[in-house]
Amino acid sequence: MSDAAHNSLVAHQFDDARQQQEAATVGMWTFLITEIMFFGGLILAYMIYRNQFAESFHAASRVLDVWVGCFNTCVLLVSSLTMALGVRAAQMGDRKKLVLFIIATMIFGAAFLGVKAYEYAEKFEHHLVPGPTFHFHGVPGHEHAPNAEIFFSLYFAMTGVHALHMIVGLGLMTWLLRKSIKGTFSKDYYNPVEICGLYWHFVDIVWIFLYPLLYLIDRS
Amino acid sequence: MSDHSEHHIVPLKVYFLVFSALMILLFVTVGVAMVNLGPFNIYVAMSIAIIKAVLVVLYFMHVRYSTRLTMVVAAAGFIWLVFLLGITILDYTSRSWIPGSYQ
Repeated sequence: MSDAAHNSLVAHQFDDARQQQEAATVGMWTFLITEIMFFGGLILAYMIYRNQFAESFHAASRVLDVWVGCFNTCVLLVSSLTMALGVRAAQMGDRKKLVLFIIATMIFGAAFLGVKAYEYAEKFEHHLVPGPTFHFHGVPGHEHAPNAEIFFSLYFAMTGVHALHMIVGLGLMTWLLRKSIKGTFSKDYYNPVEICGLYWHFVDIVWIFLYPLLYLIDRS
Repeated sequence: MSDHSEHHIVPLKVYFLVFSALMILLFVTVGVAMVNLGPFNIYVAMSIAIIKAVLVVLYFMHVRYSTRLTMVVAAAGFIWLVFLLGITILDYTSRSWIPGSYQ
């Protein structure tokens, strides 16, 4: 990409496209660090309460369906793959593939949210949503959980903000889709695709940690 | 390496290999969760999660092919989180060591 220094694809404050791309990438990572801290706070709260109310967390975690969570993790990992392939298509200047991979990423992202909505609906039905109607029955052999409500508060807070990030991600994908259909991106300019890709993968990483923390570690 | 970052197009094979590794690790972590390892379940699950996260960061997020500056910024974020979690957990777990202190 040895294009002339000041063509229209390079904003005037940058020397060249390479510098522009590095600025965008480092800027996005700086934002992602604030996101790491944001989710880190929730994970810390989870760790402290799990330590304090081990028995309740143990029983409450068993109510979640491991296989629904596992399915959703698969869906999200596939969406990350299609996103990575989309960025690659953008790097090669392949507009058609870029559009297809963005659509695929959106479909898998939406599928994740659909499954999440199903899980939430189930929690409402079984009175597992923290509040006046909360009532914990547990699963056979694990009924005693005086502080199960704290587990479910954290469950909804953590998966809720994660789902919110997915919705924002879908918004970004819609914007990318519009731009790629219009032909904004080329081999020489695909920063927005790369940056949105970083965001999408980050949201995937958050789920990589939420899944074992909420669904798995109190299983056996 | 850092001089050619924007030229680097990762081969398809790498993406599919990383994806396969992520899927295998997912099923390993689900499998291990069903086995009672006592206090070690959480360590195994978190180790696998960290390996998965590192794979995503290095390959899907292209940090392995990025400039040194990007690598340092990305690493700093995760290392700082480890400090924050580690120090807080140390505080909570060590409170009971001193009799009569605030629990």
